[in-house]
Amino acid sequence: MRPFKYTRVSDANAAARAVTANPNAEFLAGGTNILDLMKEDVERPNELVDLTRLNLADIKAGPNGGVTIGALAKNTDTANHPLIRKSYPLLTQAILAGASGQLRNMATNGGNLMQRTRCQYFYDTAMPCNKREPGTGCGAREGLNRIHAIFGWSEKCVATYPGDMANALYALEAQVRVRNASGRERSIPIVDFHRLPGDTPEKDNNLERGELIVAIDLPKSNFANNYYYLKVRDRASYAFALVAVAAALDMDGGRIRQARVVMGSVAHKPWRSREAEAALSGKPASEQTFRSASEAALAGAKPLAHNAYKIELGKRAVVRALMRAARLI
Amino acid sequence: MARYIGKEINRVDGVAKVTGRAKYAAEFRAPNLAYGFIVLGTVAKGTIKSIDTRDAEAAAGVIRIFTHLNAPKLGPKASHEQAPPRATEEQDKSFRALQSDRIFFNMQPVALVVAETYEQARYAARLVKVSYNAEKHTTDTEAVRDRGRFPSQGPPPKPRGNPEEAMKIAPVKIEAEYRIPIEHHNPMEPHAAVAVWQGDRLTMFDKSQEVYNVRKHLASSFNIPEANVQVISPYVGGAFGSSLRPNYYPALTAMAAREVRRPVKIVYTRTQMFTGHGHRPYTIQKVALGAERSGKLTAMVHEALHNTSTFEEFSDNTTGFTRQVYACPNLYAPQRITNTDLSTPTWMRAPGAVSGMFALESAMDELAYALKIDPLELRLINYAEKDPESGKPFSSKALRECYRLGAEKFGWKDRKFEPRSMRDGRLLVGWGTATGIWGAFQMPATARITFKANGTAHVASATSDIGPGTYTVITIIAAEYLGLKPEQVEFELGDSNFPRAPAQGGSWTTASVGSAVHGAALAITARLLEFANRDANSPLRGAAAADVEMLDGRLQLKNDTARFVNTAELMKRNGLGEITETFEAKPSQERRNYATLAHGAQFIEVKVDPDIGQVRVTRAIEVTACGRIINPKASHSQEIGGVVWGIGMALQEATEIDHRFGRIMNPNLQHYHVPVHADVHMIETIFVEEDDTVVNPLGVKGMGELGMVGIPAAIANAVFHATGKRIRDLPITPDKLL
Repeated sequence: MRPFKYTRVSDANAAARAVTANPNAEFLAGGTNILDLMKEDVERPNELVDLTRLNLADIKAGPNGGVTIGALAKNTDTANHPLIRKSYPLLTQAILAGASGQLRNMATNGGNLMQRTRCQYFYDTAMPCNKREPGTGCGAREGLNRIHAIFGWSEKCVATYPGDMANALYALEAQVRVRNASGRERSIPIVDFHRLPGDTPEKDNNLERGELIVAIDLPKSNFANNYYYLKVRDRASYAFALVAVAAALDMDGGRIRQARVVMGSVAHKPWRSREAEAALSGKPASEQTFRSASEAALAGAKPLAHNAYKIELGKRAVVRALMRAARLI
Repeated sequence: MARYIGKEINRVDGVAKVTGRAKYAAEFRAPNLAYGFIVLGTVAKGTIKSIDTRDAEAAAGVIRIFTHLNAPKLGPKASHEQAPPRATEEQDKSFRALQSDRIFFNMQPVALVVAETYEQARYAARLVKVSYNAEKHTTDTEAVRDRGRFPSQGPPPKPRGNPEEAMKIAPVKIEAEYRIPIEHHNPMEPHAAVAVWQGDRLTMFDKSQEVYNVRKHLASSFNIPEANVQVISPYVGGAFGSSLRPNYYPALTAMAAREVRRPVKIVYTRTQMFTGHGHRPYTIQKVALGAERSGKLTAMVHEALHNTSTFEEFSDNTTGFTRQVYACPNLYAPQRITNTDLSTPTWMRAPGAVSGMFALESAMDELAYALKIDPLELRLINYAEKDPESGKPFSSKALRECYRLGAEKFGWKDRKFEPRSMRDGRLLVGWGTATGIWGAFQMPATARITFKANGTAHVASATSDIGPGTYTVITIIAAEYLGLKPEQVEFELGDSNFPRAPAQGGSWTTASVGSAVHGAALAITARLLEFANRDANSPLRGAAAADVEMLDGRLQLKNDTARFVNTAELMKRNGLGEITETFEAKPSQERRNYATLAHGAQFIEVKVDPDIGQVRVTRAIEVTACGRIINPKASHSQEIGGVVWGIGMALQEATEIDHRFGRIMNPNLQHYHVPVHADVHMIETIFVEEDDTVVNPLGVKGMGELGMVGIPAAIANAVFHATGKRIRDLPITPDKLL
């Protein structure tokens, strides 16, 4: 790989300062994605700022009945933490659906949010890709796009966000807490964290240069009883989703008080369907209700040449996930 | 009777492998080693316009950069292709790196950076700038299917009977087209070479299935005698056909080493493997079957077409075994190939057979449903009692017993005929079957045994062990016939200084090399008897070699073990520290009077989630008849591995090409899927042993390929039974089942 400078920091402000100071610096946490991308010459930082010695791995009860998970907590530790298992089992399910045991042991929560698309054209530096190299075109738009987006894509980019954990975080309305070089913190509602590609697909998210994710704040949840994370993929494990659904229901007997429906691997960001949620709210939990919600969820989908199946699959996956969440099957 | 043959024996190389003591090609070191990194091209066809290596040459640690402009020309090609199942000598037209400005395929090597470290070489490789005069390319086999031609090697296809007429009048017929994508072997170990020159002598550490072929290839490349080249390949971390041919990297490594006057190592990256060793070709097959209402086949037409490269011909003989599976008087099974601007395909586990049987055995299932006859029953109705192609008897064929036993173990009698008629809760259950077939091949092979007075033996042959357990099986055979314990036998392989052995391919190694070791052991026995009988008072006086055997330090009469001589004393008396015998085993004349095949029956259960198109192979029963089983432990592993690969081929594996660029877009294990543990459920493999005295002295047949041959079809048939959907294009991914 290309030579780079390795910088070790001991506090978050110093980390943010280091990356702010050098436009070609990147943060390094678990390294499960960025190191691969550097070997493939997709990411070309000249400096890596190692965060692994920062004290940001705590998972603890937060204010107002919520839970705060440190950005550097490992995926495995997060999924299995008693507070998460008890109050946010949807998050546990989503994390455990991702990657492999070995990768989850290395991957951090902050890094998980930062992982980049698995579009084949993004990975091959000989191919056009506006995300990797703005202005070169989108290889997948008219190419192999079976695994690509059906929502929110642009002519510049049809890639998807590949992760599982974030789909659950969207459903749980998490806040991403970030800190900049001057030590100022702000919270970004997760739904505003990732971006749609538009004309700037090179930007995956709305972080400012140098901003460091320090924690993910989960609000008090009413979704600990009725939830399901469904991941449909080409093999049973260690594959990215064709379609994933994070479904959560707040039930009042047989009626749905409130619902969350987030689809994964269908867009450049986790795709929360407020239309589906509206179709569920106040309705009795039934297959019929879920079918109308699934129609609403996929209504705006625009398929590419090779991924029209995701519309039908998406509908079925939404129904299945809701049926499981409602414990009807 | 046998002490070790037929017993479960742990791998003799197991400890070395799990402790890291076993050395693979990339692990060999040489003083002053330099590292090469290959630069791959980015167009599918054309010529190299220019190469700018200035930045790369200025990078730290770079020793030399080779391109077609400065790389020495390699010598005339004298190596050969050895084509399973029938060896044919053919002028080698294989691709060699950096020999001209011509681009034959995307991801073709266009430069080699040699540096002090691997990291420096890899970094500098990124700085090499290449521009091309691109030409219009064709990488899509579908687009050139009308340009199919018969391979120039081998006999032209000849119909049996009158298939056209028979098909016309058949009361029941089906016709369908099947497709298999390009697939890649993806062994765990990346291909690697370390080249060390001393004057005009070359030592090459390589990952190879045939060290003799690599030796010949290198000798002709550098115009030096074969005796000057030693190829060493003691361990291979899986190859599956990807190391049958020399590939381009060993000569490239040796060329660089000679030029920089230092040992050089090259290791493929995973991505480089995708154009560095061949692939299973993209195969389009049309199968038409005609039958009487009773189910009796009256006509079979099986036409296959697959890609080859523009610079050489390759055929995996997709339809070869179709001629020998079922009794049918009228048959036409031609194979065609068509040129594409891709690298040359090669043999990949069960080459041709698994592709051909996917189509044929899917078609048999379709015919069963057209006839409303149980799919297993249909196969029994058309059981071939003698070879339908030659009319010769089979040397042995226990396929009927495989069907019977498999059906019984599986519970086939409880199968409901109609698709979508079996359920497990929300899941659709499907049961499918298929037949497996492979040849019982034997190739000439030589082995050397040195039997020592201290009661140990050293055995050597230039074969390979790419994972099936050759180290162990040969040790067992030697121990058996030398009357030693396995731990008293040391077997070495993978060195071109050892006696010649064929490529480890075609599932013929145990039949070939095992027979040579058996022969050498008998030669040792005969030598000892000769020495014993020089003594007038020998208790074995008058015995013929066939009457005696070696056992635990004795040479004894088989039918009167009280008459023996102590071998250690015998050798001491004759002043012998050791005796060495070298034996070449060749296929017998008798084999020609028979058809020699191995068979199997596979029974598969799938559970399909019809809402989301997810298929799980929940049960696999595989019964194979492949002669005598030397080491059941490793043999079961082989067949289990075959089933797992069959699951991958049926449900997951596909090399994807963007034909606009003619470029493979998933050359990595992230996007190229093979089964993970969670995809593998219950697998039971059973052997029906055959007592075959014709195939070879050991009575063994090939099994490595056999284990996967019927699996993809059986899975596809089970998916049809579960869902009513006939998927004719592999792999069967969820989107195809919605």
